[in-house]
Amino acid sequence: MLNVCADRYRFTVGLAASLLTDKVSLLPPTHTPEVIGRLAAFAPDVFCLTDQEQCDIDLPQVRYRPFGAPRAHGAPAGPGGWRVPQIDAAQIAAIVFTSGSTGAPVPHRKTWGRLARCVRDGAERLGLLDGRGHAVLATVPPQHMYGFESSVLAPLQAGNALCAEHPFYPADVSAALARLPRPRALICTPIHLRALLASQGELPAADLIVSATAPLSQELAGDAEQRFGAPLIEIYGSTESGQLATRRTARERQWRLWPGVCLTLDEGRAWARGGHLEQPTPMCDELEVIDEQHFLLHGRLADLVNIAGKRSSLAYLTHQLNAIEGVQDGAFFFPREPQTSAAGVIRVAAAAVAPGLDAARLTEALRKRIDAVFLPRPLILLERLPRNSTGKLPRESLQALAAEASAAARRIGSS
Amino acid sequence: MSKTASSSLLQPVEPAAAPAEITALAREIAGLIVEALNLETAAAEIDPEAPLYGEGLGLDSIDVLEIALVVSKRYGVELRADSEDNERIFRSLRRLAEYIAAHRTK
Repeated sequence: MLNVCADRYRFTVGLAASLLTDKVSLLPPTHTPEVIGRLAAFAPDVFCLTDQEQCDIDLPQVRYRPFGAPRAHGAPAGPGGWRVPQIDAAQIAAIVFTSGSTGAPVPHRKTWGRLARCVRDGAERLGLLDGRGHAVLATVPPQHMYGFESSVLAPLQAGNALCAEHPFYPADVSAALARLPRPRALICTPIHLRALLASQGELPAADLIVSATAPLSQELAGDAEQRFGAPLIEIYGSTESGQLATRRTARERQWRLWPGVCLTLDEGRAWARGGHLEQPTPMCDELEVIDEQHFLLHGRLADLVNIAGKRSSLAYLTHQLNAIEGVQDGAFFFPREPQTSAAGVIRVAAAAVAPGLDAARLTEALRKRIDAVFLPRPLILLERLPRNSTGKLPRESLQALAAEASAAARRIGSS
Repeated sequence: MSKTASSSLLQPVEPAAAPAEITALAREIAGLIVEALNLETAAAEIDPEAPLYGEGLGLDSIDVLEIALVVSKRYGVELRADSEDNERIFRSLRRLAEYIAAHRTK
């Protein structure tokens, strides 16, 4: 099942129903036609559960029955009420996909037991398991691994209240948070935190702020703690490994691992194992192991791209660019002097040789293949790429071209 | 969303300003957007009638959040979500300019 319900409550009902009927939830990194096609090839019996009137995902669709619609069947709760169903810990609950490097998404199977253990360990670390019953609001979608764990599974496992809404603008997040009873927690990202802190209005008091998807600066974390009057805990994890460490960013640089999880370095690459992990799992960041429980995060591995919690690699994006009809050669790269926007987002750039296409048509073709956050800025069209005598593309040459293109655009803009 | 907030969002976007002022404001907002998002497009090249979101200028949800920040800072307009009104605001630069003209506090 591909569960695209935008409403978090409906998503959760869909998840519960799939668990009880032994269906596997598929969580792909994005819903572009290219990825949906791959998903259908991976699981030919996949269907899409949606709560939208219009859903353009090209799979058999099951519409979530809106509130108040007549019940087809099903008995009301008996005198004893509902019994909480027991799910086999070994049951495959979800398959989460990463984009891989050559086109086909890479599946990662998650059993219910491991998923539950991971979020229970996390809830304990965050103080969400202390019986006070937090109300949990999230600015991230339930389809993203972080949102899946922290806004759906954690409330289910820790007896917290889950909020169906998915507020977007700072004013909406503030209003939604202010409406909740305390204690209340906000599951957030650096982008939304920056936007909230930059907005003019007063921020409602919270009891816990959680951030993940990209590292926060100590300064921003300190600001957030002050404005919300709550501790800010950052979570570290990945799609492959699930969540596995936290830090109180305003006070410490080191990350503390989940109980039972350990990190080892193998030829420079950090691997996580133990705890909820099904098998030793390579991490996609440069990690420095401090001791059995602690590590430092130094940044992502060279080829990886992480924009707003969506992960890809330059190799994958380049592969998708070159797969477009009419593209003779092309490459994605990081701009030399990345300009950070107000929300702290850095984009990727691309150069392509595509004589019959203009930038707009090429962007449209890319949009069908890759998530919109990875659409290149700038996209430079050239007669040929600056390949050297061995056919390699020196990053510096591409970056110089991008800088030139930006300067030219600014000249036009100011004229 | 509270009653008052949603009813203010559901008001038709009536341009309070004359068309010429809207055009000038749209130009100004285009400049802010290009600057905020580091776009390669020159502000003057943005078609005031073309969609901002998805196709057209090709903005995504992060961009919309960035624009919300700029608009709040510059014009004192706090954008609020996911009513149909919101979709209408981002249907084009002109719609956005009309909305800001009608709701600006600075």
